[in-house]
Amino acid sequence: MSTAAAAPGSNYLTNGSSVSSWLLTKDHKRIALLYLLSVTFFFFIGGIFALLIRLELLTPQGDLLQADTYNKVFTMHGQVMVFFFLIPVVPAVLGNFLVPIMIGAKDLAFPRINLLSWYLYIVAGILMLWTLALGGVDTGWTFYTPLSSQFSRTNVVMAAVAVFINGFSSIFTGLNFIVTIHRMRAPGMTWNRLPLFIWAHYATSVIMVLGTPVIAITLLLVGFERMFHLGIFDPALGGDPLLFQHLFWFYSHPAVYIMILPSMGIVSELIACFSRKRIFGYSAVALSSIGIAVIGFLVWAHHMFVAGISLYAALVFSFLTYFVGVPSAIKVFNWTATMYKGAVTLTTPMIYAIGFLGLFTIGGLTGLFLAALGLDVHVTDTYFVVAHFHYVMVGGVVMAYLGGIHFWWPKITGRMYPEFWGKLSAMIGFVGFNLTFFPQFIVGYLGMPRRYWMYAPEFQVWNVLSTAGATVLAVGYLMPLVYLTWSLRYGPVVGDNPWGAVGLEWMTTSPPPTENFLEPPVVTWEAYDYEHIKEVPVAY
Amino acid sequence: MPTSEIAGSHDLALRHQFVNQEQQRDASSMGMWLFLVTEVMFFGGMFTAYLIYRHANPAAFMAGSLALSVEYGAFNTVVLIGSSLTMALAVRCAQLGQRKALVGWLIGTILLGATFLGVKAVEYHEKWENHHVPGPTFNFDTAKEESTKDHPEAQASSKSVEMYFSLYFAMTGMHALHMIIGIGLMSVLTWMSWRGTFGRDYFAPIEYAGLYWHFVDLVWIYLFPLLYLIGRRHTF
Ligand SMILES: [Cu+2]
Repeated sequence: MSTAAAAPGSNYLTNGSSVSSWLLTKDHKRIALLYLLSVTFFFFIGGIFALLIRLELLTPQGDLLQADTYNKVFTMHGQVMVFFFLIPVVPAVLGNFLVPIMIGAKDLAFPRINLLSWYLYIVAGILMLWTLALGGVDTGWTFYTPLSSQFSRTNVVMAAVAVFINGFSSIFTGLNFIVTIHRMRAPGMTWNRLPLFIWAHYATSVIMVLGTPVIAITLLLVGFERMFHLGIFDPALGGDPLLFQHLFWFYSHPAVYIMILPSMGIVSELIACFSRKRIFGYSAVALSSIGIAVIGFLVWAHHMFVAGISLYAALVFSFLTYFVGVPSAIKVFNWTATMYKGAVTLTTPMIYAIGFLGLFTIGGLTGLFLAALGLDVHVTDTYFVVAHFHYVMVGGVVMAYLGGIHFWWPKITGRMYPEFWGKLSAMIGFVGFNLTFFPQFIVGYLGMPRRYWMYAPEFQVWNVLSTAGATVLAVGYLMPLVYLTWSLRYGPVVGDNPWGAVGLEWMTTSPPPTENFLEPPVVTWEAYDYEHIKEVPVAY
Repeated sequence: MPTSEIAGSHDLALRHQFVNQEQQRDASSMGMWLFLVTEVMFFGGMFTAYLIYRHANPAAFMAGSLALSVEYGAFNTVVLIGSSLTMALAVRCAQLGQRKALVGWLIGTILLGATFLGVKAVEYHEKWENHHVPGPTFNFDTAKEESTKDHPEAQASSKSVEMYFSLYFAMTGMHALHMIIGIGLMSVLTWMSWRGTFGRDYFAPIEYAGLYWHFVDLVWIYLFPLLYLIGRRHTF
């Protein structure tokens, strides 16, 4: 039985070393590591496609890729990155590892379902790779009908099945988190003592549980149309491709919050720790996560302003889109206020967090540009949109994720990464990111459309800058891969709490024992009580 | 404890991540209800499509509905409601620790579910023979079909009736798939019940399977009027 207490001094990493002790583990921490490996793998697969895109766009003509191949390349980039990296990355890796520990539980409520969701992810991932091997898909990650349902000659059904199965992985993760956070908090861990990381994951899980089934049925209906001629979206039968877009974005807009909310949770932890202050406006930050989850479900049609929806609907969705910016802004203001007069130390995680603040703010503000009907009509389907969502998803999510990985690395592995290389990679990533995507705002505003393999020659200078930036960015992402792997063996062994951070995860050993705590914790203090623990030694 | 020999002890059923039985019960029941919420959202996508297309083309939906057999639909509704009753009785027997009755009611539920699917298969087959299945063979002329030719309010293009049948097969098909999964689940539970896994202090799986079964039943309670009865409001 899994309650079999580990031998004294052993931890979750040393408690069993056989292959089956990993592949059949029900320990949330080991499952988190399984996810870490697989998600990283898909990140680099998606990254290869990104580099192919950037290489093709180095020159205005189609020289490396022609139209058909280019369509497949940007589709696979989108599908792999969105469904197999961005959606699972923070919840399934850091969330999986930390949610039970942060609330003082021994594991998630349903460990077997947690393992099942990893296997679903793997099955879906293999199907996606198989789709790739058979020639890929060319519909764009959005599967728009009637292209996907009638005209595309690629393996749409297989890709849709992959996304469908992966959706269940996501649903199970969300369900597990909600039940765990509701039912398994340690004595004294009340709702307003929860770390903001937990609030963010709670809000994310609500979106996963409510949104994902809708995209599942939508893609299933596309599959039915291709396989059985059920023409739910077929214009010839009076079917409405707009209905597909509505259903698709009903999930896929909130899905951007599945990506960004957990990252915001990470940033709250990092900024409080490295400012050595209680987070400013704790309840506002906590409730803004819930606000984002709720309002985020009411803005989807801002993706369809030029698709022929009624003007009045467009006005309402435009207004609501401005409105959803409010809780995000609340977070940014409160993080800034937390740093104000705080004792800020610029460690690697903090540099990532500050990078997140800058990039997310640009991504968020340009989101408000796009919420404006008039401007959106001008820049729809241009590189302006591409730049906007990459600022949120790459600048936001990936920066925060890497910040979190560095922050909790000593907890996960028991060893510290090399600080110099960490700082360097954070800064290279920041510079490379801006060099890649800022030119895309300009070239998009000038009118360069997305999803074409060739473009007007006057746009070349911006594209060359962007491709150069992508190369720098790739270095910024490869470096952590190298030195974090190196640190597994050669990193200095640090104590249980090298950052002098508060939070239950820092009160157990590094790496934690299989049952997370040797003594079941009882919580008697507020979250981020940095004012009262000044005497905790800081290693860095 | 009179039931402990068939129930397995408390300790055996308490999983390591939980502090006590109460926490485990609360967690698993909440998990089940949340799962049903995801199911509501799943079917919700199709109900939305139904709502929009029926609003856009009421005559076609009436025509398609008139071509369905209310007799089959009504019979199946009764069968499913009956199966919900047998399921509820199974849960009751599980709570009381009555092993044989539990097995009996579970088998009854399975048989009623299978009856439903059998009738559904006959219905699908008839639709196929009448060329009412969407696709290249589809053929439905509202002016000539026996079921619709005398209904001026149900005259619509063949293509728009094909949309009705697309929704009909998508919705009843997904419902039938849920029934098949339910029957699979019940079969496993029947076997476990026969072996005495459940008893007065451990019957949660039966309870949750019951919740699932009632949910699937409830979906049909909506599907039946929306698909079978809408065309008939003038004839009653
Ligand atoms: Cu959106």
